[in-house]
Amino acid sequence: MSGRPDPSRAGFDDRLDERKAKAGRWKAAFLAAASLAVVSLAVLVLSIVDDAFGYVVIRYAVNPAELTDGRELAELTDGELLELLQAQAPARRLRALEREAPLAGRGHDELLSLIEAEILKPEIAAAYSLAESLFDKRRIVEESKAEFPDGYLSFRSWLSPSFLGSSLNAKPLSTGVLTAIKGTFLTILVAMATALPLGVAAAVWLEEYARDNWLNRLIQASIYNLAGVPSIVYGMLGLAVFVRLLAPLSSGAVFGLAAEGMEANGRTVLAAGLTLALLVLPVIVISTQEALKAIPSTLRASSLALGATRWQTVWHHVLPASAGRVMTGAVLALSRAIGETAPLVVVGASTFLTQDPTGIFSPFTTLPIQIYQWTSRPQPEFRHLAAAAIITLLGLMLILNAFAIVARQKARAKGNPS
Amino acid sequence: MTLTERRPLPPDTAAAPGQAEETATDTQASPWAIEAQKLNIQYGDFHAVKNLDLRVPRNRVMAMIGPSGCGKSTALRAFNRMNELIPGARADGKVLFHGQDIYSPGVDPARVRRWIGMVFQKPNPFPKSVYENVAWGARINGYKGDMDELVENSLRQSALWDEVKDKLKDSAYALSGGQQQRLCIARAVALKPEVLLMDEPTSALDPVSTAKIESLLAELKTRYTIVIVTHNMQQAGRVSDRTAFMLLGDLVEEGDTRELFLNPRDERTENYISGRFG
Ligand SMILES: Nc1ncnc2c1ncn2[C@@H]1O[C@H](COP(=O)(O)OP(=O)(O)O)[C@@H](O)[C@H]1O
Ligand SMILES: [Mg+2]
Repeated sequence: MSGRPDPSRAGFDDRLDERKAKAGRWKAAFLAAASLAVVSLAVLVLSIVDDAFGYVVIRYAVNPAELTDGRELAELTDGELLELLQAQAPARRLRALEREAPLAGRGHDELLSLIEAEILKPEIAAAYSLAESLFDKRRIVEESKAEFPDGYLSFRSWLSPSFLGSSLNAKPLSTGVLTAIKGTFLTILVAMATALPLGVAAAVWLEEYARDNWLNRLIQASIYNLAGVPSIVYGMLGLAVFVRLLAPLSSGAVFGLAAEGMEANGRTVLAAGLTLALLVLPVIVISTQEALKAIPSTLRASSLALGATRWQTVWHHVLPASAGRVMTGAVLALSRAIGETAPLVVVGASTFLTQDPTGIFSPFTTLPIQIYQWTSRPQPEFRHLAAAAIITLLGLMLILNAFAIVARQKARAKGNPS
Repeated sequence: MTLTERRPLPPDTAAAPGQAEETATDTQASPWAIEAQKLNIQYGDFHAVKNLDLRVPRNRVMAMIGPSGCGKSTALRAFNRMNELIPGARADGKVLFHGQDIYSPGVDPARVRRWIGMVFQKPNPFPKSVYENVAWGARINGYKGDMDELVENSLRQSALWDEVKDKLKDSAYALSGGQQQRLCIARAVALKPEVLLMDEPTSALDPVSTAKIESLLAELKTRYTIVIVTHNMQQAGRVSDRTAFMLLGDLVEEGDTRELFLNPRDERTENYISGRFG
């Protein structure tokens, strides 16, 4: 390297500083975009968490302290609880309860909840957000004392084991998402059990068998277009076909399995599941096709060169090698199906279920439907219930995604090149 | 004995009674394992193999040489109908195997490939265990004998047994490239085929692995007929009994390997083997 460049190597002006400055600006722009995504996610999470926890003021019809002379209810023996119940609850209710099951034979926890439901009758008088509860506690204390002198202030986690384990009812303090969780599981089960085999089969046809002719190109184009159809349209389709046209089938009447008085009602788990199946079918077909495309053609060639049929090649080599990716696609589809609300509203999700769904012919509700209904109620406590249900839904999705990752790792560990 | 029969009879065993005579004539009278007649292969409008007439002698190694793109692989694939996997490829003409055209209607390509096996340029074992790689083809073709024995014999024939006998349950992907290629040979010979087609089987391998496979070919030809495509003339000279030289889709000349290298009849052959092009 001498100071003066060799004249035959002249003719370049590298302007490195300028290029570096430009690179720096782009780098900053990329970082800003990524940060914005993180910030909006954080805002979302915070706003949900803000509603899911916080102080509540509870008022009782009968003050629990008066009831027990200051002792904690939970400390009483079964006998004392029973006495309390018999002394305080209206005789008509007692007779009705006795008819359901003898009161004397009921356990401690059950007696406690009966006392709560029949005598104490707690109600939410006011509910506060987490931010208020953390940073403005003094104001809450003063305000609640002034407004509800007979109220009890306590910190409440709206998301709780009893929230997850309780069926839907009308009281914000004791309602839960179990009904919606069961409904979600059942509809998703129907949807995936239908869409996964159908979608994989269709993808195998298109990738492994179909020739490049107008018919198959038409099928392919339709599938791409179907993937982009708004979900409400699938809801209309589901309503017309599964709910109305196939009502005897989707209500279970043809099998003699319809819920009593529901023979003409096709608004069941089955109809909802099939509607969701239609919705995710194109997604599964396309993702499976991508998975099959990723398998090197040499794998197929080496199988066929041994005298294998196409089916043996697909079944023994191509599908196992692509299983990880197929599963990933299936879980993406499932995540989409779990969150769908609009088509299920159209198909006729129940606004209020008094019984948990027990099978595919039951009326249904799902988590997103439940969230939607709670958010549309005017009373503020339902907003907190909705937040807890949202966390439940997100948790469910996370669990499913974790399953997908495990499934993919397993498939990879088998030595498959996918 | 025909390829259209329902039963996949090995061509060299006795055929059904009524056909015994015909079989005897066609297997014993014809010294050719494969006979291509006026074979033309096109990719769309592109004529890749033109009017190929080639006879491959039984239990010999035939090398196909020629510059890159001259149609060697295309012709080779046409010998067991693997060309059908390529969209847009068309073949016409005949390829006779035991006197029967493998392209005649009613012949199932799966049965053709079961008797005429193939080893590819890049080692491509299945993502399964070593054992399963060898056993799978035999199993789907209805092998009824002792599978362990078949796997061992096939691996021995491919000079791989000693290296993998303790790793039969391991993934084939854990083997070296050269071992993988010999595993692919074992996988093919496990079907006890008649012909093995090899498309540049050593071009992705190191010299030591290449040498192992080359010496293996001399063993294999006692049981199988081998057609090997190579762009390496030294390799053709070392391993083959006969050599076919192709250029731009034409078969220029075919003959005894020594003869072809020492006294080429065609000027183009001479130019090629003396390194003037290709
Ligand atoms: N799938 C294909 N589609 C179109 N043309 C092809 C295809 N495969 C090969 N060809 C053409 O056919 C000719 C012969 O190819 P190939 O048989 O692979 O040659 P070689 O094996 O002798 O190198 C080449 O010109 C190549 O470009
Ligand atoms: Mg080639």
